Amino acid sequence: MTRDGNSAEVSVRLTEDAGTVHVAGALTIRSVTHLHNHLSKLDAEKVHHLDLSEVTRLDTAGAWALLEFRRRSTQTITVTGASSEAESLLRTVENVLPQPEEPPQRDTSFKAWLDRFGRRVFSGLMFLRALTAYLGIFLHRLARAMRHPSEFKFTSLVHHCEEVGFKAVPIVALMAFLIGVVLAFQGSTQLRQFGAEVFVVDLIAISVLRELGILLTAIIVAGRTASAFTAAIGSMKMREEIDAMRTLGLDPGMNLFVPRILALLIMLPILGLIANAAGLFGGALMAWIDLGISPAMFTTRLVEGTSVNHVFVGLVKAPVFAMIIGVVGCHAGMQVESNAESLGRMTSNAVVTAIFAVIVADAVFSIFFARIGI
Amino acid sequence: MTEREVVIRLRGIRNEFGRQVVHEDLDLDVYRGEIIGVVGGSGTGKSVLLRTIAGLQKPTAGSVDVLGTDVLNADEDTRQKLENRWGVMFQDGALFSSLTVRENVEVPMRAIPGLDPQIRSDLADLKISMVGLQYLAGDKYPSELSGGMRKRAGLARALALDPDIVFLDEPTAGLDPIGAAAFDELIRDLSHSLGLTVFLVTHDLDTLHATCDRIAVLAERKVLVTGSMADMLKVEHPWVHEYFHGPRARAAVPDKTTKGD
Repeated sequence: MTRDGNSAEVSVRLTEDAGTVHVAGALTIRSVTHLHNHLSKLDAEKVHHLDLSEVTRLDTAGAWALLEFRRRSTQTITVTGASSEAESLLRTVENVLPQPEEPPQRDTSFKAWLDRFGRRVFSGLMFLRALTAYLGIFLHRLARAMRHPSEFKFTSLVHHCEEVGFKAVPIVALMAFLIGVVLAFQGSTQLRQFGAEVFVVDLIAISVLRELGILLTAIIVAGRTASAFTAAIGSMKMREEIDAMRTLGLDPGMNLFVPRILALLIMLPILGLIANAAGLFGGALMAWIDLGISPAMFTTRLVEGTSVNHVFVGLVKAPVFAMIIGVVGCHAGMQVESNAESLGRMTSNAVVTAIFAVIVADAVFSIFFARIGI
Repeated sequence: MTEREVVIRLRGIRNEFGRQVVHEDLDLDVYRGEIIGVVGGSGTGKSVLLRTIAGLQKPTAGSVDVLGTDVLNADEDTRQKLENRWGVMFQDGALFSSLTVRENVEVPMRAIPGLDPQIRSDLADLKISMVGLQYLAGDKYPSELSGGMRKRAGLARALALDPDIVFLDEPTAGLDPIGAAAFDELIRDLSHSLGLTVFLVTHDLDTLHATCDRIAVLAERKVLVTGSMADMLKVEHPWVHEYFHGPRARAAVPDKTTKGD
């Protein structure tokens, strides 16, 4: 009764005479391929008896192969010489032989394709509707918090401001600084060809203040914070904490969404300002080193040549980006089901959706500002 | 009673986590073909004991002998062979979430050299059917199954290679009474028809009563007593007495005199 993988284990001997098939050897999962191949060569109709008296071992795999063979024949094949254990095993396996069922067919016609396409579009629209609903919930609860300040969780707001804003300062500042450096470097090599090096200041100022400062900050925050919101709310949802809050009369909107989204609303413009400053600093440093534009000259050129409008155009986008990131993060967290896979899936969904939505919103802003001529 | 083959032999097991000693000088024998149920209060290390035997937890002292192999000092090859001869069902099935149920059951079979993929898939279907799941459940992912179905699928995977021993961790926890009773019956049936030795850890008195040939009580860091349900009812130890004579026990064990197996 050993189970070594030796050759005796993987081969079975079959001999046939006058309608009786004699099987010998160990019929186990190791030899089942061999056994099955042998049996499939035989004509089941001509076999009337299976003699198992020389079988040393039988497991469910072996039993399955014998029964599959027996099932192929229209006549009854009797099993002889089986030990009592083998017989009971054969009976057990016979009782549970799976009856294959056809899986529901996937319809491939054009109509079905159109149907699936329609459903996708519809679910996309429903997703937008759900996001709008969450925005509505947030605004409603915010208004309520203003009328009933006692319901508002101030401590929680401060905590999230720290998490979302304060702790993001180093990464945001470093990123903006490097962008400033890159812009100055790239700009100077191009503008030098025209002898217009001094315009590198305008280039840096306009691109950082108007677009890159706030956009890249929003993207970093979307990556950091949307995922954190989804993970935190999602794991609460998974452990039924959200349901517990509801039964205790605590509103998730007021307790979870308002502090988080409000913290983003407050902190994102501040982070944007920091990014602007760091970007300009990086640009000025590079301009000084590479082009010899002194900091004083940079400042003069910056103040004279760049309208303050650019700063406003940049920063006015911040609250919109903050809302997008916050609402997407909270909504995704609430979609988490009771398993861990959905938590992971929703977290990455939240990040992708938030970054995508931020970029789309930025494009819409660009068109809008171009139209009204700011 | 005839001399029975011992398939699991534990001697002098000691398990400790930091300062907390869970097991000390623990001995236990499990015989071939029996269903043994391990009970004990929370924190007495029932699951730790199961993990120790299955080689997932290395005890600080003692020896674990399974099917004649010294688990703790065996080399890779011997261990590998031994692992093919036992199956473990974890509490929530522990199915691989990225694989369908059928693929999950096929995982252990992939270790068999020369096994035809079509036959492997058919055998997986057989195991799935054997644990009472529907044919189409094989195509589903674990997240699409209910808790009871996940446990059954976990059992199907544990049975994939026709093991000699199966370890079941809390097989009926989280199941409704009907599902739990069906699972008890399934364990009993499979153990009989496949000649399995079953080592199960449970809290469920109904399971103990319905399936187990022998019960081992973990208390005071060791196996305090072993014996049949009838033996347990006679034990004087306060915890054991409370456990088997408490209000819930009375419901599970109808009357001492009516049943004695």
